[in-house]
Amino acid sequence: MKYFSASSVVAVLVFGLLFLVPNLPLGQLGIPSNLVTELLILTILALGLNVIIGYTGLLHLGIAGVYGIGTVCTGILVTEAFPFQQSFVITLIISTVVTALISMAITAPVLRLRGDYFALVTLGFCEIVVTVLKEFEHITGGKKTLQNLRPPLFPEFLSSLEQSLDLVGKWRIFPIFYYICLGLLLLIFLGLRNLEKSRIGRGFVAIREDELAASAMGLNPAKLKLMAIGIGSGIVGLAGCLFAVHSTNTTEPQVSFTFNVSVIILASVILGGMGSRTGMLVGVLLLLGYDKIGTRLLSDVLSQLPDKPYFKLSSWRYMIFGLVLILMMRFRPYGIIPEKRN
Amino acid sequence: MDLCLFAEFSFQSLSQYVLNGLLMGALFALIALGYTLVYGIIELVNFAHGDVFMLGCVLTYFLCMFAPEYPTSLIFIPLLLLIVPICCSLLNITINYLVYRPLRKAPRLVPLVSALGVSFVLINVGQMAIGTSPKSIQAQLLPSETNQSSANRETENATRSNEASEELTRPRRSWLTWADILLIGTVIPAMTGLALLVKFTKIGKAMRATAQNPIAARLMGINVEFVIALTFALGGIFAGLAAVVFTLKITTIDYLMGYKNGLYAFTAAVVGGVGSIPGAVLGGILIGLIYSLGAVYIGGAWVDACIFGTLIILLVFRPSGILGTRVREKV
Repeated sequence: MKYFSASSVVAVLVFGLLFLVPNLPLGQLGIPSNLVTELLILTILALGLNVIIGYTGLLHLGIAGVYGIGTVCTGILVTEAFPFQQSFVITLIISTVVTALISMAITAPVLRLRGDYFALVTLGFCEIVVTVLKEFEHITGGKKTLQNLRPPLFPEFLSSLEQSLDLVGKWRIFPIFYYICLGLLLLIFLGLRNLEKSRIGRGFVAIREDELAASAMGLNPAKLKLMAIGIGSGIVGLAGCLFAVHSTNTTEPQVSFTFNVSVIILASVILGGMGSRTGMLVGVLLLLGYDKIGTRLLSDVLSQLPDKPYFKLSSWRYMIFGLVLILMMRFRPYGIIPEKRN
Repeated sequence: MDLCLFAEFSFQSLSQYVLNGLLMGALFALIALGYTLVYGIIELVNFAHGDVFMLGCVLTYFLCMFAPEYPTSLIFIPLLLLIVPICCSLLNITINYLVYRPLRKAPRLVPLVSALGVSFVLINVGQMAIGTSPKSIQAQLLPSETNQSSANRETENATRSNEASEELTRPRRSWLTWADILLIGTVIPAMTGLALLVKFTKIGKAMRATAQNPIAARLMGINVEFVIALTFALGGIFAGLAAVVFTLKITTIDYLMGYKNGLYAFTAAVVGGVGSIPGAVLGGILIGLIYSLGAVYIGGAWVDACIFGTLIILLVFRPSGILGTRVREKV
């Protein structure tokens, strides 16, 4: 009997590495610490998308819009312009739930569509969400965004705990917030592991493999798909909340939440292996790690070359994501670390 | 008096907007044909099609740098209408051969994801070619409108100077610009040609047969791969024609224009019923009208939302479009 599969060994190794990252001399290597944290947040985002695309097989192309909903939701709950001004813990929970509910509400009518039409409809939703976030300036701040999001960690009745732990104002700074994100990532990772083994998770996979056969076996595809959208979007909303708190504003919607962002996340999900949790970790850390951090390190090396667009890594960005999608689909459609199939 | 003026103004401008919408719609229809033909044959939403159109615009932009001065440039336009469609169709055939052909037997969403990848690669090529900022063509190929009308206005002003203020309040007199005439002169022959090709030639019959049932078509001795390649080539030709006309009409291009215009065109294809050629034309015109009138009466920022809203509502309530027939999903 085999107790440890290869992918779980990889997962343990990756988490161990991520745990040690703050001890590395990041400053000397020229890696900005906020990018490392952002990478963790994007990993959570990819895990959320994986529930929708990987487990259930719904090609959702508008995940950036869902991410945007989570971010703006956090902005509204925290900013001084509105009377809420909640703490981080409360905001995290509310953002997760609200994003899941909004996403379920807008996706529910289109769940019966075929795969490719579903992809286009979600893409359309993403564009509409971006427009709404951009134009409803009184609520979302529009292009100016909601600024200065610096919530306390705990709600008021626990503020003495925050003081006694000496975290006031400090918890948002690099190592501590990084560990908060890492903890949440680990929590979601383990939660998804349990989900995969549960009745619901197996239902998701059954729908992906053959919807008709699954419904003949007594599963309710519509209900399960809606659940997958809810769980996935909830995780994405949580990532959005972390992103808002991390960057202390709700970033411009037409930059951060567009179709391109959706495809970039999709590329890392596909690189890692649809449906495989460990694959998500590896895919995001490789592809987005290269995009966010690797390019910085390499561009120093390349800066000696003449100043032409094709000598700059930034001008190859789309090409790399595009080639990842094409080549993975052609040669390894189940990703670097394929999901275990029994 | 005031009210009367306003009414006249609004009617004139409304008709101008409707006309603009129809013209933009004809352009969208040209692009939409590329989606509809490919979808009709292999059921693939070819995301990369909009970016093939974008690269056509980029090619036109570069070719316009070699354009001669105005009167001789009128010979140059047919040359553009020849070179750019050929390049676009070659590009489309290459993409089909390298990327989609190996995936024919894969599940349906696999080529769709590949198409997204191709789209990104083409965007990157466009970005390398023209950079990230929008570019506009410098050469003047068509007779200019502004000189003519301002010259007219000057003579009128000289003779009837007391009516000068009234002259200014009116919208521009010419309804159709030369670029619009070029557009009409390209779109109508192209669409007629396609309709005749599909309806009356042997290869058109083969295309229709493949669209109905690829396996049966193969059994009847039709070279299905050839038909698919031809479909991509036709799509490329239409994208190229649209690119030339678009570049000469709008004159500003950028490397992300393929995504938006491609989605408008795809929406047009869906509105009319994916796979239906007259449907693509009808859908294109409807989307063009929404595009033009929505920008004026709802606000430019909401145009995209309107068009995608249309797409969503249609896909939910009538996925087969206006002219398409409803097909039940087979097991």
